[in-house]
Order: sequence, then C-alpha cells, then structure tokens
Amino acid sequence: MAVELPQPIVTRRYGLADSWTLRTYLDNGGYEGLRKALTTPREELVENVTAATLLGRGGAGFPAGQKWSMLRKAEPVYLVVNGDESEPATFKDHQLMETDPHQIVEGALICAYAVGAAQAFIYVRGEFALGLERMTQAVNEAYEYGAIGRNIFGSGWSIDLVIHPGAGAYICGEETALLESLEGKRGFPRIKPPYFPAAIGLYGAPTVVNNVETVSNLPWITLHGGSAFAAMGEGRSTGTRIFSLSGRVNRPGNYEVEMAKTTFHDLFYDPRLGNGIRDDRQLKAFIPGGASAPWFGPDKVDMPLDQDEVGKAGSMLGSGSIVVMDDTTCAVRAAWRITRFFHHESCGQCTPCREGSGWLDKVMYRIESGAGREEDLDLLFDVCDNIAPGLSWPPRQTTICVLGPSIPSSITSAVRMFRDEFLVHIKDGQCPFSR
Amino acid sequence: MARLSAEMVERARDTIALYPHTRSALIPLLHLAQEQEGWVSPEAMEHIAELLDLTPAEVRGTATFYDMLFLEPVGKYLISVCTNIACLLNGGYELLEHAEEKLDIKAGTTTTDGAFTLEEVECIALCGSAPCLAVNWRFFGNVSNEGFDNLVDELAAGRLTDDIPPHGTLCRTRRAVGLVAGGPDDAVVEPVQEHTPVEEQG
Repeated sequence: MAVELPQPIVTRRYGLADSWTLRTYLDNGGYEGLRKALTTPREELVENVTAATLLGRGGAGFPAGQKWSMLRKAEPVYLVVNGDESEPATFKDHQLMETDPHQIVEGALICAYAVGAAQAFIYVRGEFALGLERMTQAVNEAYEYGAIGRNIFGSGWSIDLVIHPGAGAYICGEETALLESLEGKRGFPRIKPPYFPAAIGLYGAPTVVNNVETVSNLPWITLHGGSAFAAMGEGRSTGTRIFSLSGRVNRPGNYEVEMAKTTFHDLFYDPRLGNGIRDDRQLKAFIPGGASAPWFGPDKVDMPLDQDEVGKAGSMLGSGSIVVMDDTTCAVRAAWRITRFFHHESCGQCTPCREGSGWLDKVMYRIESGAGREEDLDLLFDVCDNIAPGLSWPPRQTTICVLGPSIPSSITSAVRMFRDEFLVHIKDGQCPFSR
Repeated sequence: MARLSAEMVERARDTIALYPHTRSALIPLLHLAQEQEGWVSPEAMEHIAELLDLTPAEVRGTATFYDMLFLEPVGKYLISVCTNIACLLNGGYELLEHAEEKLDIKAGTTTTDGAFTLEEVECIALCGSAPCLAVNWRFFGNVSNEGFDNLVDELAAGRLTDDIPPHGTLCRTRRAVGLVAGGPDDAVVEPVQEHTPVEEQG
C-alpha cells in the first residue's frame, strides 16, 4: 500500500523551464498571494498563518504565527529570512533558493506586510554563489515588476528587501548569531533572555526571523487559507514539508511529502522516494532530523514524519534532513565525523561546548583509529554529561545556544545502540569496517 | 596587497546604502575585497575600516570568524571537498584522498604554481549528489575519481572560465536598485540605536 503523495506546495515549480525567472513565476501563479495579502487586514493574515499551524521549517519547529504574534510593540520592526542552511545533510533551502527564488521573495513580502516590517533581509549562506545570484536577480525583477519598492501594486504599502550574504559559519543559522552576523559582527549567539528576537532583534528592534522554506509556504497559505493547509497532516504537524533524504539510499534527494501521513519507511523504500537501501543492504540506523538529532534504529522506521511523535520518541525532525546508514556503515566513524563537525563549528563562547567538543572529537577519533582505551566509553559519557547534564532529551542547557548540548546526540546514540562496535574497535585496535 | 579599486569602492558605497547601520555592510565588503584579490589583505581591511568608520581590528575581528574569508593568498581555484556525514557515507574521504594524489598536495595547502588550493569542508548542502565538491563555490555532485581528474584538467587548461568565475561569491550578483521604499512621502523610520537599552518583555 503505497503512500499517497500530495500535490506539492513549495516545490510545485521544480522542473519548469527557467523556474527561477519572473516570467515562469508569473505564468504559474506568481505574486497572486501577495496581491491578495495586500487587500487583506493584517490581523487576518496572522490569524491565517496561526490557523495553518505552520511550524518553522528551520530546525526548532516553532509555530510561525506565534512568532509573529510575539513582536514587541515598537517601531521599526524588521523581517529576516534565514537562508543560512548549514545543518549537515540538509539541502532543501539551497535548492529552493536556486530553483524558486521568487516564491521566497513573495513569502517574505507577505510576512513583512503582515507584521508591518520596515525593511526585510534575506540572509543567504555565503557558499551558495548561484543561490545569491538567483535571489538577487529575483529581487531585481520584483522591484521592476512593482512587487517590491514604493506603493506595491498600488496598495500604498512600501518596503525594501535586501539579499545579504553570509561568509561560512554554521552557527549563523542560530537566529541570534545570524542577527549579529547581519550587524557585521562575529557570529556569536546572544545571551538569553530575551529568548526571542521578537523582543530584541536586529539593531535592538523587534524582529521576525523565519526560515526560507517557512516563508515559501506563505503565498499558498494566503491564497488557499490556513485551514486548507491544516487539513493536511495531523495534529500540529500540518501541511507538507520538504525532507532532505541522504546517505545509503538508492534515490537521495529532496522530497515534499505530507506530514504525519508519511512514515520514514515510505521515505526510504517507496520507489518514487528513496527507493530502498543501496545494494539491497540492511537498514542499520538513521538520523531523523539533522546532525544534532539523536539517532533511531530500524525499530522506529514505521514512525510517521510527525514533529511531536518524533519528539516523544526521544529525537527530533529538526531541519528535516534524514540520513540513512546501512550495515556497511561504521557507527563509530559516523558519530566521530559529526562530532568533529561540531568541534569545528563551536563559536567558542561557552566552555562546555568549546572544550567538550574538542575532547569528544579526540576521544572518538582515538577509538575509530584503533588507539582507543577501555575507559574511553566512560570518558565520552562523562564529557557529554558535562555539556548536557543528565543526557536527557531535549538536552539541558549549559551554554548560550543549543549547539553545545546537541553535540552528545550522535555519540550517546552510537554508544547506546552499537556498544559492541566500540568495544571491537578498542579490542582489535582497528576499525572493523576498514579494508 | 592593495586597497579597493575605484570600481569596488563604488560597489561598496552602493552596498553600504542598503543598511540602516553601516557596519552591516562589513561581510559583503569583505567578499568584494576577496573578489578583487582572491583573498582579504590587511590593506583591504584597513580600507574597509575607513569606509565603514570602524577600526581595522574590528574588521579583522569579524573576518577571522568566517571560514570563507582567507586572510592569506589561496590558489586561483579553491577546491572544497565535503567529507561530512552524507558524503562520508558515499565516498567523500576517498574522493579527498584521490584529490590529494591528483594535485599532489595535502588538504589545506596550495599547489606550487598557485593554481589550486585544496580544502576539506563541512557540509555544503548538496547531499543528494554525494560525494560533492565546490570550485570557487560552484557546485559539482556525484564526483567520481575520473570526474575529478577531468575537472582539474579542464580547469588547468582554462576551459571552464564561463562556468567557474574567479573568487568572490558576489562576483556575478548586481543589485539593480538602492533603497526606494522610504521617501519624502513616507513617514521617516528611525532605526533604534544599537546600544539603546530596550525594555524587556514581561
């Protein structure tokens, strides 16, 4: 019984010729959502998004409507769209920005209008050179078309939108680090409270920060209504969502599926989606939501892609990136590589993260390369416990942002699920998976 | 080794005009400097400091945080091979080893003729086409050893200049207009000063 694939929302222009141009966009319903928004009371637009239960698509999964409603009553208000996609194995925003930049621009404008923003910024990961080109080109076309600038579509509303490049730093995806970066500083996450940029954001002003995929849903939601969006999925996991599927599957890629109605199994094995594990190998484990997420074993494969279900089971859908490991994958090596990533990307402000990530990287590498000691497993857990005391999920905070407490996820998952593999590495003095 | 050219200064001034606070233009300006010279020199940072009314130390302080900004010269082509989780599972490290052999350099170094710098990078978001790499931030997916050799040979022969521009992630982006929304007809919006203490929400 194959899963029903929905009519795509945010990826519906994928595959069209020159999908990134204004011409193609207008031929396929482009800027109709903005036109409708500009004749709709602002409160209604916000209510609509709240009714849609549009959960943020960046990683934290915070409801967008709630984010908008929390804005401190002060002027000016800024909108910042987060296109700094850097979570390992997440590649949906990269494709969105290259393939349908106008949809992002239109979504940003709808949001900016709804919250009364004075200026909007789209922060694009610096490495995405083509994404920056296409986003900038889309903005140029939108100005010329009258969708950005003064008196937009004769509504009397005016706004400017600026494409801003990053310069290579994972941590700038954290919204307060992103704002620091946009202010021309090092990408250091800000001390909380205030917990939300809605209180104090860009230049100290109330600011909405929404992910690229989140705003891409807004033109559709504005045209079809929040309840139509909420009619898809289940519970709080409404609508469709893009999942970035990678690793040991036959057809890795970005797939927009209906939330909660689709399972990990569907995603991995459906011929129209992942089409099975490579070389007909066995599924060993998978990461359900980016490098920061605890791993799942094959016993969780029938779980639906539902934010709350996955959360209750001890992990998260996070950034929507799912990495599949098969029985040829060395769990130690995989966990070490993720740990090394966090070591590299730790911004260095907080001791548990800065020092802990380095210790964990070294100990994990020692085990993987065959120089591990028996006491290393205890040492790993001890260091992990110093970063995220109790090793619970969601992790307890010891640091300014969630990067640090996310580091133990892969290590504790790998040790708990594949303890014997660690022991074999240590006993044999080499990786059993190396040739 | 040089300050920004007249053309770059003009682009810098256009960029600065897009932000309520000039310092926000710092990262874009560092990209412009890198576009001009292939790296960000101390002289360029001093010039940027003048343009933004910052100290050179403030400019350097920001520049050193970001992986894309090189504070010493790199090769004409920067080859960035991803080895993060999705690529690791699909031969990313084997590709990096092959790249080291083909170019006869270690990752993190530059060929003696200055043509290629090889670096190992974190996830570059092309995981559906792992293993992948970027050359001056133009992306290539499903890269086989043979594909890598062809790519390097084509680059060395100068046959890919249209596909792979020189350094500078903004080198082919040009914003057509400045800020137009605010004008005499509109209420003037005063941005909140950066250091003004703001009342916190209950």
